[in-house]
Formats: sequence, C-alpha cells, structure tokens
Amino acid sequence: MNERPKKKSLTQREGFSSFMASVLAILCGLAIGFVVLLIADPVNAFPGLVAILTGGLSDLRNLGQVLYAATPIILTGLSVGFANKTGLFNIGASGQFIVGAYVAVLVGVRCPFLPGPLLWLTCLLAATLAGALWGLLPGVLKALCNVNEVIACIMMNYIGMYGVNFLIQLTIFDSLKNQSLPVAAHANAPKLWMDRIFRSGATASSANAGILIAVLAGIAVYYVIERTKFGYELKACGYSRDAARYAGINEKRGIIWSMVIAGALSGLGGACLYLAGAGKSIEVLDTLAAEGFNGIPVALLGLNHPIGIIFSGLFVAYLNQGGFNMQIYGFAPQVIDIIISVVIYFAAFSLLLRGIVERVLKRRAHKGTAAASAPSSGPAASGAEQPAATPQERPAAPSAEQPAAALREQPKGGDNA
Amino acid sequence: MDEYIIEMCGITKEFPGIIANDNVTLRLKKGEIHALLGENGAGKSTLMSVLFGMYQPEKGVIKKNGQPVQISDPNDANRLGIGMVHQHFKLVHNFTVLENIILGVETTSKGFLKMDKARARVMALSEQYGLRVDPDALISDITVGMQQRVEILKMLYRENEILIFDEPTAVLTPQEIDELMKIMQGLAAEGKSILFITHKLNEIKAVANRCTVLRKGRYIGTVDVAATSKEEMSEMMVGRKVSLSVEKAPAQPGETVLSAQGLCVKGHGGRKNVVDGISLNVRKGEIVCIAGIDGNGQTELVYALTGLAVPESGTVTLNGRDITHAPIRRRNAGGLGHIPEDRHRHGLVLDYNLACNLVLQSYFEPRFCQNGFLKYDAIYAYADELIEKFDIRSGQGARTIARSMSGGNQQKAIIAREIDRDPDVLIAVQPTRGLDVGAIEYIHRKLIEERDAGKAILLVSLELDEVMQLSDRIFVIYEGRIVAELDPKQVTVQELGLYMAGSKKEAAQ
Repeated sequence: MNERPKKKSLTQREGFSSFMASVLAILCGLAIGFVVLLIADPVNAFPGLVAILTGGLSDLRNLGQVLYAATPIILTGLSVGFANKTGLFNIGASGQFIVGAYVAVLVGVRCPFLPGPLLWLTCLLAATLAGALWGLLPGVLKALCNVNEVIACIMMNYIGMYGVNFLIQLTIFDSLKNQSLPVAAHANAPKLWMDRIFRSGATASSANAGILIAVLAGIAVYYVIERTKFGYELKACGYSRDAARYAGINEKRGIIWSMVIAGALSGLGGACLYLAGAGKSIEVLDTLAAEGFNGIPVALLGLNHPIGIIFSGLFVAYLNQGGFNMQIYGFAPQVIDIIISVVIYFAAFSLLLRGIVERVLKRRAHKGTAAASAPSSGPAASGAEQPAATPQERPAAPSAEQPAAALREQPKGGDNA
Repeated sequence: MDEYIIEMCGITKEFPGIIANDNVTLRLKKGEIHALLGENGAGKSTLMSVLFGMYQPEKGVIKKNGQPVQISDPNDANRLGIGMVHQHFKLVHNFTVLENIILGVETTSKGFLKMDKARARVMALSEQYGLRVDPDALISDITVGMQQRVEILKMLYRENEILIFDEPTAVLTPQEIDELMKIMQGLAAEGKSILFITHKLNEIKAVANRCTVLRKGRYIGTVDVAATSKEEMSEMMVGRKVSLSVEKAPAQPGETVLSAQGLCVKGHGGRKNVVDGISLNVRKGEIVCIAGIDGNGQTELVYALTGLAVPESGTVTLNGRDITHAPIRRRNAGGLGHIPEDRHRHGLVLDYNLACNLVLQSYFEPRFCQNGFLKYDAIYAYADELIEKFDIRSGQGARTIARSMSGGNQQKAIIAREIDRDPDVLIAVQPTRGLDVGAIEYIHRKLIEERDAGKAILLVSLELDEVMQLSDRIFVIYEGRIVAELDPKQVTVQELGLYMAGSKKEAAQ
C-alpha cells in the first residue's frame, strides 16, 4: 500500500530495493549465461552476449516482435501473480491458456458473420470466460473440499491440453497441417498502425493491439488488488485465512473468485497469442502450452506486482527476441534457451537479493550520516564504470543485420521449450 | 568487588524506526540468577540476541571475565560458553531427546555415530541437575516442560556456563514453573550463571538475586531483588505507579444481551462433544467470566458464540435474535465484538499494516468504501485517531506491518478495533495472555470502562487472579460443562480452584 506521497529520497522507497533486486538478478543471470556461452563457443561468446542484450532493440521490427511475444506471458504472469497475492499457486495457467486459445479460435473460425472488431472482442470475451471456467473448477475444489489447488491445476492442464487437441480435430481441424483452421481475418486483433511503426524495410512485425490489452489488464489488476474492497478481502484471505474468517470475510468465495480471475487472465492471454494476425494456429501436439509456465517466472521476476509483471514480461520477451538474433553467430537454439533459463532462474533469487540490497542501502545510509565527509568514493566509482561501457558499444552495430531476419521464423520450438 | 563473568557495556542497537537498545549496561556475576525485567518491546530479547551473537550492536562492548570479546554469531557465543533457551524451542520434532541434545556436537568414529558415550554423559548430567528426561522419547511425544528440560540439557552438554532463559515460564503450567525454578536454583548452586528474561514479578521474587530493568530500550537500573518490593520493580519497569489490583464499582446489570441454550459443539476430531450442553447468559453492564483450566471447551464455546464453528445443537441469541447459524459478518453487525484467543491466527492479518488491521471488520462501511473502492485517506485518518486514542505504539505509525509490532501493542490494536466498533457484547478470550504489567492494567481498565458504559462482557480467562478481580459473575467450565455459577464476592480462590479442577461440583447444576 504505497498511497500517500511521502517525501523520500529515491533509494529509500520500498519499490527501489525491489527494482534493484530484479536488476541484480538479471545481471547475475547474464553473467552465468556468459559463462555458458564461453563454454559453447569462446570466440563468439561476446558478440553473442551483445546480440542477446541488444537484439530486441536492433530495429523497430524486432521491438514489435518483443511486444507481440510479451503479450501472452504478461497475461499469464498476471494470472500467476494475482493468485499468488491471494495465497494460491496457480500452476494451471497453461491449461487455462490453451482452453482460452481454443475457444477464441473456435469463435474466430465459426462466427465470421460478426462485423468488424466485434468478432475480435467476442473472441476475447469467450476466451476469458473459458479460462475463468478452467480456473473455477480448482477454485471450487479448493474452497469446498480443501483439494490442493496445485494438484487440481496440474490435472486441469492435462485435461485442457488433451481436450483441446480432441476438440480441434472434431471442430476446426486443418488435417493437412495438423493444426486448427485459420481464423477469419477480422477476428485478429487490430493493428492500430503498429504494423507501420514496428517494421524494418518491407517486413512488418506482429505487434498488435494485444499488448494494450495486456497493459490495461495489468493496470486493472493493480487497481483491483490495491484499491478495492474486493482486493482487500482477497489479500486478507491470502495472508491469513483464519483472520479473514474472523473478520467475517467469506474466504471460500475469495478463493473461488481468485482462481476465476486468474483463469480469465490466462484465457485472455491464449486469445491474444492466437489472434495476433501472425498466422499462428493451435498445433495438435501433446505438449503443455509453455506460455502458461512462463507466467510463473514472469510473476516471480515482477515480484508479483502487476506493474512489475508488465515489465518483466517485456523483459523475458526481449531476451527471447535477442536469442533469435544470436543464431547468426551459430549458437544452437538450445544454448539460447539455456541462457534465457539461467536468467529466469536467477529471477527466483530476486527476493533473496532484495534483502541484500536493503542491507547495503541501510549501511550506506548509516555511513552517510556518520561520516558525510567522504567525497573521494564518488568520483572513483564513476571513473571505474566508464571504461567498461565503451567496449560494449563496438560490436553492437553489426550484430543484428539481414541474416537475422531469415532465421527468425524457424525457432518456434525454442519458443516452446 | 565481585567478579563479573559477562559485562555488556553501553550496548546500542537500532532497527528501522526504533532504537531497541539505547546505551544499555548489564553485568552478570558468576553463580547468580540475574533477572532482566521489562515490558514487551522494552528491548530484553534484543539485548539477549546481541549477547548470543544474532545481532551486531551499533555501539558498545561485551566483556567476558574482563576481556573484550567479539560475538559475531551463535557459534561464537557457544565457544564462549553462552547458551540460550529460546522462548520457542529449537528442537527437531521427529528426533529423540538424545539425538536433539547431541545435534551439532555428535560423537563419531569413522563417520558413524557413537551414541553410548553421549548417552552416558546425558544421563549423568540429567542425574546431577535433577533434569528428568527420557532419552529415547520423540520430542513430538513429550510435554512442553520436558522439552524445556531438553533445551537446558543441550546447554549443559555443551558445557555452557552462562545460561540465558528467554521467558521460559510463558509456556508452562504452574507445577512446571515451580519445578523450573528449582532447577534454576540448582544450576546456580553448581556455579552456572543465569540470565532470566521475564516480566513476571513473582518469578523474579522467587529465584533471582539481582534484577536489571529496561524501559523503552533504555537502562533504568539494577536492583537487589531481596531488598526491593514488587511494587518498586513494576514502577521501574512501567515508569509510573501501577496498581496491581483492580478497582471497580459494583455492577449494574441490565437486560440479557447474549445467551446460549443447551449449546453442544463437536471437537476437532468430530467424535465427542467438547462443549456439552452449555447454557449461559450475559447481561448489560456486567462482566461474566468463564473460568476453567485450558482445554475444557472454552475455545470451542467461543467459536460457537462468534460463528467460527457451527454448533451441533442448541441456540445462541444476541439481542433477542437467534444467531445460531448466522454468518460472522451478521453477528458483528448485530453488536458482537470478539477479542480472540489467538491474536496471530485470528485477530490480525499479520502482513497487513496497522491501518488495514484496524478496519478489518468495517472496511466495507460507506465511510471507508465507495463504489467498491477503498478510501485509504479515510482509513489512515481513522487509524491515526485510534492510535492516538488507545496509545498504540509502533515504529511507523499506521503504516507499521502488524507482524513487526510487539505483542502488547498488537493486542492493544485488537482491543481498540473491537471497542471502537461499539459492540453490545464483547467476548474477550484471555485478553492479557503474555502481556506485561502495564498492558494488563490498561486492558483491565478498558474492560471495566466498557462495562460501566453499559456493555455486556464475556471474559474467558485461565488466570485465577484475573477472574477474581474482574468478574461480576463466574461460570466454571469443566470438561465442556458449566459446573458452577459463582459470585466472586462469596467464593475464595481455593474453592474456585477446586471447581476448576473438577473435584467439586455445584449441586444445583
């Protein structure tokens, strides 16, 4: 609860140490990732690292791809983070995601008579409801029968995946490509001129209105959690079920609503991925949707804070995009996945790192008050930073050129791993 | 001059927003029992944590036998012969007593445990100090009192000569307390030096030689226990005169507000009625006390009255309306206030800040909530008002996370919330448990004020003194039944004790 503006210096704000912890986690992850690169290919390790760091920004098309890839994982991240705030672990985002995706595609294929963007909105609504339903079941089981939500959610993931595979074959199957039929053109999210902005040369990116949906969802979740009566009740249930009961809060209803909303967010994420106008269809594969699980590290890296999750989702998508660019240096997609995983792995330490950051800040504050006359440390520190910054800029320019674009379409597998 | 085995000189330890220890000095003589007295939040535990190496002080030195020493972690403390029995024991529950005692200092040969030698030493120590334990029993199977003896044996096994006891009596029954006192005296007689943290004056009087008093993190003084009265010590601790007895006018009871008829509640396992046909009533302007030994159905009775549990049979009536199956919120709105037995489990959302906790049952009212959005400005203003009115102390005011507040102030916050809701009947369950003299006095005064304001109060207490001092009527509960309804003016403490123990029953019931 950080309402009421209080005059504090930047480093003393609560948010600052959280932010610094996430940044530190990322830096640690990159350092270890660099070691992995050195092992894989010492010669190209450094250019490879630069590629992963700058790939998302190398041109506007890449940036657009980052926005496109961030949309679903922001939404599943919000789903996991929201449930987490209320003391539940929603590991079922994957199932909710794929069910939402299926319903969205189904409506998109079967209801082309709906005019203009109305079809798109109908698809989103249907997906949200389907995801909510997939969250409702574990929620009800948890609230009424005290079934652990983790187990129920994992089972719902498999039911969702196989159920969707089965239903696609029954209703909207493209047997040639072993995937769902393409949706009607106007079922896709409006481009909102993003295809004109985020492009390089003739190729446009897949950026679309979905990212706005994700950001709006993040802001909405923030307001619900921090400002509303409903959020107050849900958080109380999450922190202490007994105290919530004592206060007369219907904690069973709280659990169910929490799972329903988490499911709805994941379902919306599914719709946003497959209605992006990127030509992506639901493949009939026996693998759980990776976007659902990626929501967990996204939520962790964002420290479960809705606004933090928007940024961490963008960051993970950015890394993925940078990973594609690394392929010009001949790194195997697996190595790229390892790097991304290592960074995300370190995200899990961000809470630990937050403690360290807070301690350092406190000690510095102490020193600052005790011995204010120590100006020598200031210039020395900034001087040390400068030489490190220059070599980074040099290889950045040639890193992302034309060959990257050719390689970009294939690593769909790397995306899912 | 006496030899000091441990000296802590000018210790200062700060936490964000609070100075826990401000230039505190403590000198422990060899072979003495030295009490450390102070209210909750006075900094006793912090000071001991500094001595035990868990915190590093900002200022001050620690000396052992006159030599300055550096204690950076509990291992250093152990090496210097300092041992500690924590308030919440640090035992491995699925290990045996013996395994717990040797944990960390196992005797081994070639990597295999050699238990025989350890067993012999533990048995010898247990014999020497009169610490009866069963070395092969699992910790989870033995009583709290025996667990504490295991903790003491752990210290002795490590040949510690300075023993810290952090509020050791808080978890014990009266008989176990007596036994512990004897053990402590035995240890001191054998040359061990004991630091005894407490806020119970009776215990200090019983065993301690000298007593150091802290108040709000500051050192107040060290006194000779034999030459100082309880009143003087409590005055040093609280900083003003404290009345150890309660003064109140005779009750003016009005009509019945809360009543229960033939209430039965099943226990946790769900087989037996833990509350077995209880009928009682509470009238306006009186304090009715449920007296009994812990575990005789008080908890379940209160759960049924407040809606945390569903009764098996019987009815509960509040202001003439049947609320037996009403949800908790309707009971609260209908004029029921509840100071719960377990303030951490029920009373507070520990990770919410103080302000959010103070509106726990009223956040949805129009003054705090509009169109589903909470009005945080109004909530914080209200919290500041209650903090002022009820003197709730905390590091960062209304924004303090409840978990970081001291027990007494947590309880004050709950009491503030419940009283300010202006209920017709207030159910207070062990409202003074674990609190210090100042806080107890405060809570007793508040309860009597509420009674005099015409509120009905149902007090559940395990402490005989509290029952006798506060109540206007006493129901004695034994094995889920009311065995007697007594008038505190006509019954002695001894008689009440007999009723509570079940060895005496009222014929009329």
